[in-house]
Amino acid sequence: MGLTEEQIERYSRHIILEQIGGTGQEKLLSSKVLIVGAGGLGAPAALYLAAAGVGTIGIIDADKVDLTNLQRQVIHHTKDIGTDKVASAAEKIKAINPDVEVKTYKCWAKADNIRDIIRGYDFVIDGTDNFPAKFLVNDACYFEKTPFSHAGILKFDGQLMTILPGKTACYRCIFNSPPPAGAVPSCSQAGVLGVLAGVIGSLQATEAVKFLLGIGNLLTDTLLTYNALKMEFRRIHLSRNPDCPICGQNPQITKLKDEQQIVCDLRKPK
Amino acid sequence: MKIFVNGKNTDFSGSFTVSELLAEQNVKMPEMVSVELNGQILRRSEFEKTALKDGDKVEFLYFMGGGNGIN
Repeated sequence: MGLTEEQIERYSRHIILEQIGGTGQEKLLSSKVLIVGAGGLGAPAALYLAAAGVGTIGIIDADKVDLTNLQRQVIHHTKDIGTDKVASAAEKIKAINPDVEVKTYKCWAKADNIRDIIRGYDFVIDGTDNFPAKFLVNDACYFEKTPFSHAGILKFDGQLMTILPGKTACYRCIFNSPPPAGAVPSCSQAGVLGVLAGVIGSLQATEAVKFLLGIGNLLTDTLLTYNALKMEFRRIHLSRNPDCPICGQNPQITKLKDEQQIVCDLRKPK
Repeated sequence: MKIFVNGKNTDFSGSFTVSELLAEQNVKMPEMVSVELNGQILRRSEFEKTALKDGDKVEFLYFMGGGNGIN
């Protein structure tokens, strides 16, 4: 492929890294990453992957930007309120790096569309904001055998893990199925520190870049938890669960289905 | 007996099941927690039956939603 003079300059701080070099940068430029959700986690991930020169970035989101998003979803600006999140994100990605091809999917990830979208991508970032979607991403990546980064954030806590489907512990190895509706924290208990999304989403982008380059140790079979108040990271070692309903010894899930959505909406009724 | 709860060495007197440990540790919504005992995920149906032993390592793994922080 070969890098242009401008690309050599743009990516010079990557290229001088022994573990990346010109070859690694070319790898990034020919890589494809799908980001599910252009929200708190997806925003920093998209910005860093764009800056890093990941050649194709796909973004799925059906939502429009609203004022409450701007506290943490740093890819969207005040002027973007009311516009589609995928369009707003695509505009910023192109502005940062015209090398990147952006593919936008203005839809919710569902059982009937997600596998087709995932197919062809090298890595997926789960930046979804609800449990059914997280299970759907896990299951779809399992069936497509596409590696992905799972993450979740709540209040001052965040966690993430990298999953190589069929090889390392998956989301369902830990959490068999979505929590019952009554157990989900009520609206008044919820909330999230904005910068927490930046920390965890950036870690997801780090895992994507490492995976694409084939360098370092991935966060597989390990849940990394982070508490912003204590400024404490912990690694919890995990292993594949023989009882896992999708990747275990007797899988009960043999095709993709949508889990029931549990709705909790902080916005005032319109 | 000493049990490592979320990486912390904690002293307990008497016997405890996993369910009782969840209550003792003030886990308000056990439905939101998966439990790993000595490196293996424990089936939820085993929480009440599983007695903890000296030196056990227990991790509480919490469900966490996402970017909009409301679900």
